[in-house]
Amino acid sequence: MPSNLHNLTIHEASELLASRQISSQELTQAVLDRIEHVEPRVKSYVTITGDLALQQAQKADTAIAKGETTALAGVPMQLKDNMCTLGVPTTCSSRMLENFVPPYNATVVEKLNAASTVVIGKGNMDEFAMGSSTENSAFFPTHNPWDLKRVPGGSSGGPAAAVAAGECLYALGSDTGGSIRQPASLCGIVGMKPTYGLVSRYGLVAFASSLDQIGPLTKDVTDSALVLNAIAGHDPRDSTSIPQAAKDYTKALTGNIRGLKIGVPKEYYEGIDPKVAQTMRIALEKLEALGASVEETSLPHTKYALAVYYILAPSEASANLARYDGVKYGYSSQEDGSIWEAMEKTKQHGFGPEVKRRIMLGTYALSAGYYDAYYIKAQKVRTLISREFQESFQKYDVLITPTSPSTAFNLGAKMDDPVQMYLSDVCTIPINIAGIPAISLPAGLVGGLPVGMQVIGKPLAEETILRVGYAYEQATEWHKMRPEL
Amino acid sequence: MTSPRLSQDEVQHIALIYRLGLSREEIENLRSQLSDIIENFQVLEQVDTTDIPPTGHSVTLENVMRPDKADSPLPKEDILANAPRREGDYFRVKAVLD
Repeated sequence: MPSNLHNLTIHEASELLASRQISSQELTQAVLDRIEHVEPRVKSYVTITGDLALQQAQKADTAIAKGETTALAGVPMQLKDNMCTLGVPTTCSSRMLENFVPPYNATVVEKLNAASTVVIGKGNMDEFAMGSSTENSAFFPTHNPWDLKRVPGGSSGGPAAAVAAGECLYALGSDTGGSIRQPASLCGIVGMKPTYGLVSRYGLVAFASSLDQIGPLTKDVTDSALVLNAIAGHDPRDSTSIPQAAKDYTKALTGNIRGLKIGVPKEYYEGIDPKVAQTMRIALEKLEALGASVEETSLPHTKYALAVYYILAPSEASANLARYDGVKYGYSSQEDGSIWEAMEKTKQHGFGPEVKRRIMLGTYALSAGYYDAYYIKAQKVRTLISREFQESFQKYDVLITPTSPSTAFNLGAKMDDPVQMYLSDVCTIPINIAGIPAISLPAGLVGGLPVGMQVIGKPLAEETILRVGYAYEQATEWHKMRPEL
Repeated sequence: MTSPRLSQDEVQHIALIYRLGLSREEIENLRSQLSDIIENFQVLEQVDTTDIPPTGHSVTLENVMRPDKADSPLPKEDILANAPRREGDYFRVKAVLD
């Protein structure tokens, strides 16, 4: 049996499982052992369901033995803790949902179950997915496996750190303004936000419904395609789900990008860490050497994206989170007083500081006298940002930018300054606003910390961005980097 | 439109609309943080949005319909299992009217 099973990619594990060189039970146990070894330092899991995982592994082994195998069969993974799991707590890393046990599965969880994957547990996150460092978890911060004093990014910091640390082979995260791509970048792994509507949001605890999208966090691009194969597809239970037939995304992994037109929007390179910019230049030269053309371009509306996002996302959040009134589920204040006082206390004690900040911001932007000036104005600028991308994609196949303006920052460094924290998503937010797909790939190291490259495509062009990612990966070694723990 | 710093009363008013309880310290922190964040929104005034329609969702699906077919709901016990307070098959809440 090969050693260090926790370091395997999905496609490597899948081969070993299919050829019966390893069993899913052995693989799952190896990952659980790895968790025992590194989790006290990384802290990526909110809930670990080891026994359940071993049962699922046993079932997967039976299925594999019968030849009923899939690419994900028997492969251990982590779910961000905002995806509903029947009978297993789903906390959103919030006191509000600390004891919430969903009575149903999210569609993605059903799809993964159907693929016989093994769910090891639920990943830590910024409370209700609001944040860029996972420090807003009501329970504990997650640590970056590359440097435990630093943040893993967020809000899917648990999933990104878990994949990087070998505490699962892959993970699912959600991305509202960069919450898959930014932590993937900071943890040196691959993270994809698919086109809005490609993956069902049914059973994903809502943050900002017009921006949220589920996607894979993986060790390489092949794995990203394999997970996307399993989770994409129309779902009648999500009215924003795109009615599109299933695809095999691995067909895009040709390694050939000859003649591909890459646009490099200069606005994304302004004000970023010069060493990150230098890393990006080298990556772009590599893509050029592979036969792509690289040209600088401009997306002048980029500078408005952050303001648009911090009006729209909190507005939608304030509406979505109004359901936490302490009546049907979740934390409920039982202090003396009227029903209104109980409701106020429930939210006061159930929500953490960042969630309160965004609720207040959204309620303000939607309130009488400000609705047109802020909310409607932001929606109009959203139209302009989307149009600008559409025009750009008439000229280019993909756009390439850094994923994050810097490498992982120190824990605590930005906690007292929300505006600085919000700026760490400046390169990823415009993509959610336009609803288009993007993937973050490891593209180098600066000071021993990973740098991510973001490849952006037009709507439903997941194949194109995967093709670019795969070609880059074939020509470089960055995706093989693993932190020492 | 200029962006005046928020007053304590305004912060309290927003919290009241949402029925969000806040401590005195939270109100003061939010007053200053929200004012800083809102100040950054002013950049949108530079953008000419005359005749530009607003975008609510990036996918333009309209009138998503499904067959009007009866389906079995989730089991009542499973739903009530998460209730903070229940009485029989009901969620128990405090009196709405005095």
